Amino acid sequence: MPVEFETVEVTTDVLIIGGGMAGCGAAVEAVHWAKKHGLKLTLVDKAALDRSGAVAMGLSAINQYLGLCNGENTVEDYVEYVKNDLMGISRDDLVYNIARHVDSSVHLFEEWGLPIWKVDEKGENLDGATAKKKGLTFKNGAKPVRSGRWQIMLNGESYKVIVAEAAKNALGPENIYEHVFVVEPILDGDRIAGAVGFSKRENKIYVFRAKAVLAAMGGAVGVFRPRSVGEGLGRSWYPPFSTGSSAYFTIKAGAEMTCQEIRFIPIRFKDAYGPVGAWFLLFGAKATNALGENYMETRAAELDNWGPYGKVKPMPANLRNYLGMLDLEEGKGPIFMHTPEAIAKLAEKYKDDKKAFKKKMKHLESEAWEDFLDMSISQAFLWAACNIMPEEKKSEIAPAEPYFIGSHSGASGAWVSGPEDVAPDEYKWGYPNMTTVKGLFAAGDASGASAHKFSSGSHAEGRIAAKAMVKYCVDNPELPNIDPSKVEELKEKILKPLKTFEENKDFTTAEEVNPNYIMPKQYMFRLQKIMDEYAGGVSAGFKTNKALLEKGIEYLTMLKEDSEKLAARNLHELMRCWENIHRTMQAEAHVRAVLFREETRWPGYYFRTDTPKMDEENWHCFVNCKYDAEKDEWEFFKKPVIRLLS
Amino acid sequence: MPSFVIQEKCDACQGQEKTACMYICPNDLMVVDKEKNKAYNRDPSACWECYCCVKICPQQAIDVRGYADFMPMGASCVPLRSSDSIMWTIKFRNGTVKRFKFPIRTTEEGAADPSGGYPTDQDNLDDHVLFTEPHSLGIDSVPTLKK
Repeated sequence: MPVEFETVEVTTDVLIIGGGMAGCGAAVEAVHWAKKHGLKLTLVDKAALDRSGAVAMGLSAINQYLGLCNGENTVEDYVEYVKNDLMGISRDDLVYNIARHVDSSVHLFEEWGLPIWKVDEKGENLDGATAKKKGLTFKNGAKPVRSGRWQIMLNGESYKVIVAEAAKNALGPENIYEHVFVVEPILDGDRIAGAVGFSKRENKIYVFRAKAVLAAMGGAVGVFRPRSVGEGLGRSWYPPFSTGSSAYFTIKAGAEMTCQEIRFIPIRFKDAYGPVGAWFLLFGAKATNALGENYMETRAAELDNWGPYGKVKPMPANLRNYLGMLDLEEGKGPIFMHTPEAIAKLAEKYKDDKKAFKKKMKHLESEAWEDFLDMSISQAFLWAACNIMPEEKKSEIAPAEPYFIGSHSGASGAWVSGPEDVAPDEYKWGYPNMTTVKGLFAAGDASGASAHKFSSGSHAEGRIAAKAMVKYCVDNPELPNIDPSKVEELKEKILKPLKTFEENKDFTTAEEVNPNYIMPKQYMFRLQKIMDEYAGGVSAGFKTNKALLEKGIEYLTMLKEDSEKLAARNLHELMRCWENIHRTMQAEAHVRAVLFREETRWPGYYFRTDTPKMDEENWHCFVNCKYDAEKDEWEFFKKPVIRLLS
Repeated sequence: MPSFVIQEKCDACQGQEKTACMYICPNDLMVVDKEKNKAYNRDPSACWECYCCVKICPQQAIDVRGYADFMPMGASCVPLRSSDSIMWTIKFRNGTVKRFKFPIRTTEEGAADPSGGYPTDQDNLDDHVLFTEPHSLGIDSVPTLKK
């Protein structure tokens, strides 16, 4: 070892890993229940709580708000919507549970200081700060500005800062570890015992010992090769620092996983991946191909091939993707978002009043730019760099690379226990949101089969899990044991890339090229190339088949072997090494799940050319899996879909 | 790039070991060059352009140059973030300048009360009612399927 690493041991009752929306929700909730039972809580975050997780940059909308208090929607409506969007493969009980609590989290956000747009008495949209000054808050019964049935608009630059602040105020700074990257779970027999990680700042290994552990470390980005190849590698739609840690942690602990094949591909403004939701839903813009054809109309007949899901409204995200992809495949791109038409139409009714027209145009312009500046600043930058004024020039949209994000329109994650009062018996084994490993819970991107929770639902789900974790600790008061020899073994394993570098670096004259090791960035490129070409990435047109997948597994197996030879020059690179080991686990689970499911069900996410049709008879079920870390063996099996509502 | 640091303005947060940008970057990219005593972005191709470092820098020493592999040159997006709003100055490649100001929060910094002022009388660990509910839902009871 180049330098000594100190081992810091932290013993706690509840350990929350990840400080994003789910982790912050868990913190706020857990404090309330833990106080009554004298429990200790600890949160550990890879970055700084203020700006960690997928909401780090901010958001311009909250995508899940039901409006139960205004009678806008019912919980059942949401369950139905999610089921259809995921082509029938969804855990209604989990979706129901999140949906019945999500408004509570959104109302709390507003009280904490998040500006949420409201509609005034004249039906005009007000920004969140103006609305609050006028007393238009949820508490006072005001109505939000809807950009879609479930979506509401906000001034969300500081969304994460505000949500983190409430979590910090509840937990107290002494219970938060920032800049500590958790890499491995520790078990005590069949229960979770804690987690091991390291500091990104100091030579310290952290060993957390806990009765209940929440995995809330986000989704996985950078598993597939991105469209960009240079600096733009960082401009992923979901953040590049979400690196599959949730999937690795839960899989490695032996938890049953679900929907590992259900990745997500967002269609966004091309290259900078700015949001299209407000343009489609709030501004009513249309998209067409190069010939001016609207693929939603010209390709409508294609929808007949996708069973009942082809007929539902709104059209499932993956089918919408697929219709656009068919045009692109035939060389009919680019796909244009017709922003000038949309703006002109919105301002039309003011056209006879010059002053009112000017005011309306200015307002629309500001709304359009804020949509980008709140959550994907690069898109505003790209428009400015290309001299694009949306009221004058249309913009290209395109499908991005695949992501793993159980909180959005993907569904990969751990298979978790459902709520006592709602779930069928087959879906519950004790505590809501507990995985099949005792004491290990999951929320946000870490829990599967409960799509469309987004930022607000992830927060609500973190809260659900937190209350259950406190209950688990009360019922199971004894601390798990941690075998000291296991800790030593893990410590050595975690630090190995530093040692590998030190021991071999002098063999060559250039540090980065050495036959005895691989640097984390090159390892990542190798993973991304395999996934792109064999598992249906961008360059493969999102298509794959059995032979490709089997070849992909062959190369992934060799990559996994070579992960033993990852090398790091410092703590930053050590983090990169482990991020890539995490990504590899997600990649392998995905490829094996796509191989297992012998049909094509989400054609706009991936297409199996050897089984090109949806097969309701044999595959209207979950594909679940378990990994045996000792034997390095995977087991895949079907689990029934049980509908909550008929 | 992603974010870049203007040499003349950066003082490495007055020579502290950990600068504001190092603290806040969600991807661990900002570091201090100890010889120059200036911060820099160590891996531009891992930068999300989230602007967290730009917004937090006390010297306004950090800016962003759009990703070189797909952005035409010459534009800029510069934020000025205060305690309750953010002002953006957008400069186009052709010289056009636009300014936008948006609210960012409606409460004092640090003032977020976890309960949001809703009653916190929940004390049954066995049911499905969460902290502040049903008050924070704005309805009489939390929906359930088994009454």
